[in-house]
Amino acid sequence: MNLEYFFSLLLGGLTRGSIYALIALGYTMVYGIIKLINFAHGEIYMIGAFTALIIGGALALTGLNPVLIFVIASLAAIIYSAAYGITIEKIAYRPLRNAPRLSALISAIGVSIFLQNYVLLAQTSDFLPFPNLLPSLKFLAPVEHLISTSQFLILVSTTVVMVLLTILIKFTKMGKAMRATSQDKDMAQLVGINVDKVIMVTFLIGSATAALGGVLISSHTGQINFYIGFIAGIKAFVAAVLGGIGSIPGAVLGSFVLGLTESFGTGYISSDYEDAFAFIILVLILIFKPSGLLGRKENEKV
Amino acid sequence: MFSIKELKRAFLTSLWFMFLTFPLLVMKVNTITDTVIWRWMNLLYVGVGTFFLSILWKYLLERRDAKGSDSTKNPFNEKISKYMKNKRVKTSAIVALLLIVIIYPFIMSMYQTSIMTTALMYVVLGLGLNIVVGFGGLLHLGYAAFYAVGAYTYGLLFYHFGISFWICLPLGAFLSAVFGILLGFPILRLRGDYLAIVTLAFGEIVRLILENWNDFSFGPSGIANIPRPDFFGQKLRLAQVTNFTYFIAIGLTILTIVLIRRMESSKMGRAWEAMREDEIACQSMGIDITKAKLTAFSMGAVWAGIMGVLFAAKTTFINPASFTTWESIVILCVVVIGGMGSIPGVIVGALIFILTPEYLRAFSQYRMLIFGIALVMMMIFRPGGIIPKIRRSYKFSTDSKETQEGEA
Amino acid sequence: MKKLLVLLLISFVTFGAFANGQGETGTIKIGVAGAHSGDLASYGLPSVKAAELVVEMYNANGGVLGRQIELVIEDDVCKPEVATNTAAKLIGENVVAVIGHICSGATKSALGIYKDENIITVSPSATNPPLTKSGDYPNFFRTIAPDDAQADVEVDFAVNTLGLKKIAVLHDKGDYGKGFAEFCNALLENESGVEVVMFEGIQVGAVDYSAIINKVANSGAEALIFGGYHPEASKLISQMKKKNLDIPFLSDDGVKDDTFIKVAGEYSEGAYATGPVDTTSNPLAIKATEDHIAKYGEEPGAFFLNAYAATLAVINAIEKAGSTDYAAIDAALKSEYVDTPLGKISFDQNGDAIGVGFAIYQVQNGSYVELK
Repeated sequence: MNLEYFFSLLLGGLTRGSIYALIALGYTMVYGIIKLINFAHGEIYMIGAFTALIIGGALALTGLNPVLIFVIASLAAIIYSAAYGITIEKIAYRPLRNAPRLSALISAIGVSIFLQNYVLLAQTSDFLPFPNLLPSLKFLAPVEHLISTSQFLILVSTTVVMVLLTILIKFTKMGKAMRATSQDKDMAQLVGINVDKVIMVTFLIGSATAALGGVLISSHTGQINFYIGFIAGIKAFVAAVLGGIGSIPGAVLGSFVLGLTESFGTGYISSDYEDAFAFIILVLILIFKPSGLLGRKENEKV
Repeated sequence: MFSIKELKRAFLTSLWFMFLTFPLLVMKVNTITDTVIWRWMNLLYVGVGTFFLSILWKYLLERRDAKGSDSTKNPFNEKISKYMKNKRVKTSAIVALLLIVIIYPFIMSMYQTSIMTTALMYVVLGLGLNIVVGFGGLLHLGYAAFYAVGAYTYGLLFYHFGISFWICLPLGAFLSAVFGILLGFPILRLRGDYLAIVTLAFGEIVRLILENWNDFSFGPSGIANIPRPDFFGQKLRLAQVTNFTYFIAIGLTILTIVLIRRMESSKMGRAWEAMREDEIACQSMGIDITKAKLTAFSMGAVWAGIMGVLFAAKTTFINPASFTTWESIVILCVVVIGGMGSIPGVIVGALIFILTPEYLRAFSQYRMLIFGIALVMMMIFRPGGIIPKIRRSYKFSTDSKETQEGEA
Repeated sequence: MKKLLVLLLISFVTFGAFANGQGETGTIKIGVAGAHSGDLASYGLPSVKAAELVVEMYNANGGVLGRQIELVIEDDVCKPEVATNTAAKLIGENVVAVIGHICSGATKSALGIYKDENIITVSPSATNPPLTKSGDYPNFFRTIAPDDAQADVEVDFAVNTLGLKKIAVLHDKGDYGKGFAEFCNALLENESGVEVVMFEGIQVGAVDYSAIINKVANSGAEALIFGGYHPEASKLISQMKKKNLDIPFLSDDGVKDDTFIKVAGEYSEGAYATGPVDTTSNPLAIKATEDHIAKYGEEPGAFFLNAYAATLAVINAIEKAGSTDYAAIDAALKSEYVDTPLGKISFDQNGDAIGVGFAIYQVQNGSYVELK
């Protein structure tokens, strides 16, 4: 096996894993706190990408500095996705907080269908090219063919987000409140934590990271339409479960395992079964470790 | 009700939505032609629309919360359950329904019969999945895989050996049940959402195999020219076969309802129910949880297998694109919207869920948007489904008239 | 239960008795079916517009056989299970012929119904070879050449014109893309000295194709043939170019769409695609396009001219046959030539159009140019 090929697959896998991680974080945080599979999360990612396309596309006509446009477009995407996230939580999930969990899941599916068609009708069904705003960086000799600017950016941003998130969860008051809520919602309320606020912040952060993922991947693949959220959402969900749903480091680990499996599976076996590799790995891991790689074992109550 | 505070809140809400929908609804950027279209009128519509909607929304939510969240206490539900307990009402309703069902294809067009057949197929699929999700409490997101097993059983057996529809019908059911057990074994230890994702994975793996293993399944080009059901060896004309397929679907629906009702009140059914409520308590009562899970999976799969065979016979063409995760989600929606665990609920749910988009054709491009909103509304205002499950209850009373078993 | 069975039998007989009556006066109805909503709508809507334009033209001149023509437009979302319902609806409307369906899968399931009811079906876009070649559907015609003809042109060009020896073949695992890729694969294997270094399906909608592109690069392929539609094609080619993998990219009719060039931008430069022989210089095609722009204010979309030709062929056949009888229309389609935007066409015994073929196009300076 040649080494360069191996490394290019490795990098490809890490890129994919980073994107899955950015989306999976939202899944796992929401799940950790309100035990909801937020099916509409993929759509939040899509809305982020679309917002960036709209703002970026409009600003590109003004002839501003492309990098500046990219920054503004990404910020807009993050703000808007976060706004959509908390609005959806308030309308579609909060009234269902005490309802059976499946009702909330169906509500999430409804939101997902709504958002897809909302973007389809408000914008277009066609694929649109994502404005090419990033300068192509020249990389040094050993990696020059292996990595592109967008891949580099994806890897760097994911790392930064992970670090920031860890700090937030571990060392801030909000993070403490989030951890408490995820362990026992009622108890947290009793000790004076505003659970509604904690849930809102969770949606806000989860949506913002998904939007960042949306912007980064769109500038990598170069095109988007209203339907990109569905597959990305399912994959990220798989990654979150793989790592142990509810666990933040688990989501990251699961995403990288998934991304690398797909990349090496394609590279050394065949891309015909690319998705199947992901699912087979999932089934195998769950059979031997039923609560995911880093998942907490649920206490069995009698 | 319309206090200043209320109006202020509604105004702020509408401002928020105007902000929220700004990029997507007002700007239309085409990055191909590099043009921006500004649609300022949309902002006005959103602002005015959400102002009134938010007042209505608040009112509806308050009314809902005032009534208490227990939806089974709803007067409408009580009326239904009261009627359903009344023997005479029940029999006359069933007779009337049967009459309508029988004359339906003769007074309606072929198109109406055809979509009704599709809806009936979803009734059976919903009832089948209801065994797993509603009775057993196991969230299953890969049900379409069993549907595919049935369809390919007929497609392949006919293609290679010319085996007829009527022989494939039980075969499809059997093979699906076997697949149900095969799926059940490795995932016995999993719970809740982990189970859900593994069933989703299973469904996708089956579809991917069908898509890629050309020698076996003919890949994405699928199998064409599958014959429609024959009538005692007689080949029927199209209008007749459409009606005939409809009656097969009716027959299978009735069979399903009768059998599933039996199953529900059998020992097995009670085991499922116990498992749904509390696995550990159920185990300590001496119920074999392994057996209960496996039977739930395989008994659920049977109906998907049968419907798969009927699906292949109705469309005459199958390929893997008909058996996606989305299909599984649609069937799950049928169950939850109708009312989990409730047989009449699932029937009504399937009819509404499948027929509504057909009748919404007039709104063509808005229909999925409306559909999405309807799902959310439905769950918020009727989380138990259209006809929620009525818990079995046994009342002791000296008055002999009231010692009746409340049935679901 | 016995009573029910008797009732059933009686009703079958009576139903059969009055299902035959078809009006000989009033309008002549022609169905138009295909994906008119959902993600494939952009392939189906242009054919509706084409049919509308042709029918308008005829009706303005007094219709056909002294009767006006009426279109019945139904959506099948390109799904086989919906297509059977759509077909049932069209039959309920007593159409004499159908322009459609758009996707091969939906066409196959709907044809089962049209065949039994003897309804002529002319598709502008279903390219799956067995539709005509298997002989299973005597009522089926199409105004587009089948996939195997397309693969033939593609492979001939790759091997004989470009002189390629090692070729990677990818497809999107879809009905259309995989079918095309398989034909290419089979044809390439028959060529001596040519090696297919890779034959694989890619995942539609995947976030990133870098692994598969690395694999193509690693396989030492001199060119890549892709079977599928333009969204995946533009992703593939832009990621290839970004990775400095600069080998010829050859694709099919699903990619020979201007959207591909617009989305992939500069990366699409030099890509090859097969497409129907260029007929834009045909006066009828020019007129059809101008009418479309006049009425709808934009350039026509995919398969517009094919659908235009299909509608013309059907109406012409009805006129020549002098009736709406199935056998007469069938015979007229197979014997009479008709002037269409695709040239002067007729249909062979299988239902394939005579005189419709494929050519190779290349993206040059931002637009497709036919290579002679």
